[in-house]
Amino acid sequence: MILRVPLGTLVYFAAMTLAFAVETAALPPDQMAKAIKTDALTIPTPGELFAAFEKPGKPDWAGQYRNPIPMTYRNRAQIALNLGGLIADGFIAVQAQDSQQVKNIGTDIIKLAKALGVSENVLSRGNSINEFAESSAWDTLQEELEATQNEVKASMQSHRDQDLVILVSLGGWIRGTQAVSASVMKNYDAGAAKVLRQPAVVNFIHSKISDVDPELRNEPLVKEVTAQLSGLEKLVTFQSGKAPTLDEVRKLNEAATKLMEAIQSKDTK
Amino acid sequence: MKRLLVILFGVAFLAGGAFVRAQTDEEVEAHKQVLDLTGAFSNEGFKLRDGHWAGMVKPAERTLIAVNLYAGNQYWFSAAANAKAKKIAVDLYDENGRPMVTETYSADGKASAGFSPVSSGQYFVSLGLVEGEATTFCLVYSYK
Repeated sequence: MILRVPLGTLVYFAAMTLAFAVETAALPPDQMAKAIKTDALTIPTPGELFAAFEKPGKPDWAGQYRNPIPMTYRNRAQIALNLGGLIADGFIAVQAQDSQQVKNIGTDIIKLAKALGVSENVLSRGNSINEFAESSAWDTLQEELEATQNEVKASMQSHRDQDLVILVSLGGWIRGTQAVSASVMKNYDAGAAKVLRQPAVVNFIHSKISDVDPELRNEPLVKEVTAQLSGLEKLVTFQSGKAPTLDEVRKLNEAATKLMEAIQSKDTK
Repeated sequence: MKRLLVILFGVAFLAGGAFVRAQTDEEVEAHKQVLDLTGAFSNEGFKLRDGHWAGMVKPAERTLIAVNLYAGNQYWFSAAANAKAKKIAVDLYDENGRPMVTETYSADGKASAGFSPVSSGQYFVSLGLVEGEATTFCLVYSYK
């Protein structure tokens, strides 16, 4: 599908060449196999998912809030997974344009981030989130949440916790998928349900987890989550261009909810 | 104002990244150039993804970066390099390697490809150096 060219963009690019382009040759499979995959670009943010999902009509985002989760986890892998989930919750609250909920979640994000010993830069983001929530700067809040997530990841890498980075992305992806699938179930729309097709995301996360330190990989919660990823990959693999049925969405939601319960359970060792 | 914020976030991200791995001068220049390019999209309501890829691209070679896109969103993929690159190309392929029709802009050492997927899933962004010497490219994307 071709994009409509915004007037401002055309003016900005007045000195440039405008064209519609299409390469004619298909990519050889060996080149596709060698494609670069990176956490920073290959895994979409919850904000991207939610932006696409609400195109056919704004869903009841507030209906996807969940109860506050514990803030006293000791296991670093569990903290990382929950941090990702909380960041997705922040995006949900922004979509709902709910200042108080954004502030509550922002506070929880900082609490969990502190437990991981992240940098002062991340902690100062908490104040920014509060300020932007007070002034209802929703677009800026989305950017702030994404920047917070990236700073958490950068801080993890600088503290030799790079293996935890993928768990933050995973936690966010599962929570986003849980919220969107639940919303689809409430008011099924085939067009909106198409956003749930993301097999390559799960496949990439799975392969990244296979590369982490064996000690982390063998932690009970990480093992449990990893074991369920293969099943989840099948549940988000629909034929290209086709929407999942309501029953397929329900199965996906059940799987995502089961994973989220394991991730936020205080009983996890 | 939004453009300023995007640039400030970009600078903050560069500073944060320094803890992880020192960026080369070419990477910094390419990142600066590409953020400048994406300013126009931000003004049109596109959100800049706070993440980038930077790396060397050589003449007659193609670098592919896998991305996952959602049906319903509109995307602009933008790449830039320093003055060593005279002309660069950004193309898009679907998960089966089929080329996608995109809307494109190109200028000295900068290029963008616009795309609205009708199917969610994996796509490949191709970066190519059409004219010039091997140098560092930086890729970002915007969506709405």
